[in-house]
Amino acid sequence: MGNNQENKSIMIDYDAIANQESFKALVRRKNSFLWSMTVIFLAAYMLLPILTSYTKVLHQKAFGEITWVWVYSAGLFIMTWCLCHLYVAKANSFDKEAKAIIAEYENGGGRR
Amino acid sequence: MSNGMSLTAIFFFVAIVGLTLVITWWASKRTSSASDFYTAGGGLTGWQNGLAIAGDYLSAASFLGIAGAVALFGFDGFFFSIGYLVAYLVVLYIVAEPLRNLGKFTLADMITARFDSAKVRGTAALSTITIVLFYMIAQLVGAGALIQLLLGIDYWVAVLIVGFMMTTYVLFGGMTATSWVQIIKACLLMLGTVIISFLVLKEFGFSIATMFKEMETATDSGAAYLNPGLKYQNGVDTISMLIALVLGTAGLPHILMRFFTVKDAKTARSSVIWATWIVGIFYILTIFLGFGAAKFVGKEAIISANAAGNMAAPLLAEALGGDILFSFVCAVAFATILAVVAGLVLSGASALSHDIYGQIIKKGKITEKEQVLAARIGSITIAVISILLALGAQTLNVAFLVSLAFCIAGSANLPVIIYTIYWKRFNTAGAITAMLTGLISALILVAVSPNLWNPVEGKAIFVGNPLISLTNPAIISVPLGFLGGFIGTLLSKETNDKKYREVDVKANTGISVQDVSH
Repeated sequence: MGNNQENKSIMIDYDAIANQESFKALVRRKNSFLWSMTVIFLAAYMLLPILTSYTKVLHQKAFGEITWVWVYSAGLFIMTWCLCHLYVAKANSFDKEAKAIIAEYENGGGRR
Repeated sequence: MSNGMSLTAIFFFVAIVGLTLVITWWASKRTSSASDFYTAGGGLTGWQNGLAIAGDYLSAASFLGIAGAVALFGFDGFFFSIGYLVAYLVVLYIVAEPLRNLGKFTLADMITARFDSAKVRGTAALSTITIVLFYMIAQLVGAGALIQLLLGIDYWVAVLIVGFMMTTYVLFGGMTATSWVQIIKACLLMLGTVIISFLVLKEFGFSIATMFKEMETATDSGAAYLNPGLKYQNGVDTISMLIALVLGTAGLPHILMRFFTVKDAKTARSSVIWATWIVGIFYILTIFLGFGAAKFVGKEAIISANAAGNMAAPLLAEALGGDILFSFVCAVAFATILAVVAGLVLSGASALSHDIYGQIIKKGKITEKEQVLAARIGSITIAVISILLALGAQTLNVAFLVSLAFCIAGSANLPVIIYTIYWKRFNTAGAITAMLTGLISALILVAVSPNLWNPVEGKAIFVGNPLISLTNPAIISVPLGFLGGFIGTLLSKETNDKKYREVDVKANTGISVQDVSH
């Protein structure tokens, strides 16, 4: 990183933003959303090899000759797409809050 | 299958080579700064980068490998499709936006945004280069074998052709050319896959139920073909492999690098959405490719063309669409390989030229012109090394090399990325130990695994009993990467809360100089 950039970035008082209640609240809610969803989708995903390796529940037929393992897999595909769009919806609202936080900082929410 | 090149095949190959060279020429006029070279100036839109991510990600291992695996092993082959797709949620939820907000050209840039240390940067560059080389050898070996098979030319000639093409794209057109080669490849690959899938469905009377019913008797495995267990019988090994697939993607340098080609986190986000839809539709279609190949080509014919099943998709195209579709699909496979290796060269070069030369050796005191020159020299270096390694690695199993690359990426890169963004206490020592523990443990565990050791002579490189039974060690090495970072952090007294607050603010708000008016 060049000196030029370092000098410029000193101009932003990151501590001031980090200490704003609005910022703390955003990070708290954002992280709890991100990590709880991550735990959920990873659990749903890892359940597949666990079920197929140690049980036979997914080997049974669901519709015609189609076994439950395909249904479960289709579910994981649908889950992936749905969670993608859920993320975007959430992230757009987080964006608005982040903008408000920066505006609050610029209007003297921090040291100025 | 044809023994030499048919005229149609020559036409498609020449068309792809010509088109990509025109793009490279066009891109070369837009590549003057280091930022142009590494990130296309950060000017890609969401859909462009999304297609490019898909083009970067859907390697020959996906197109040829998964189609073959589903054809030969039924559901067990489909595990790959699921893992590779769900991996995008990890990328989107955990990595993409903070990475875009913190980094510049490389993974090391992002980690050193918090820990300004040459050692951290060097370790990150080392891990990047290691992953790139493994992945690249896999692609080049696969490409060589494929082109040898398709065109009837020698393996070494085939590797040199691919090597020459990828170097040309990157050298002259940098990230702009690479991205557009990837975008075009993604479109061609989707087109080819959709056409074949449509023809397969047509054969089954456009009924999924009929397809499954017929597949029950289409192979010698009977109904077992439609259930897991044909290939993967060891539960822990299966779970371990699926961990590598889902966590590895978020640590792959050439995928991470794609997030620096967009201007902000919002665009990074929309590119992941695009990529997830395209990649997801592709992976669904691998069912039709695999089932179709098993039914209309037959296991024996697939295995006799290539023991690993890599020829399943091209042979299926030939069976259903004749010489024209066969030639088209082969050309698509060629484009697929070119797009992936070009992305790999670029990410390897960024670690070598930007991280090691520019930031560590020259300490960042390097002019724009020198940076671009260094980037070009770095690209040639990475290309030459991987071509030489690939020429000597003809007999290595491609799928094994790819899964190893995913395993290292998940073990060495993902823990340090997560800690850097989300753990306040994390420090310089922890960053280094996280990467080294993940990298070294993955390498050692693979070195003592059944991939390299088999008591029966000729089955693996070394004769003897493997020390562990896991073919993919991710279930051990990923937790070791996290543990290494944790212990390394606690052993060092260093803390820097102020720096973490800065990183936290940047990652979560995307605030940068231009956002603040004063």
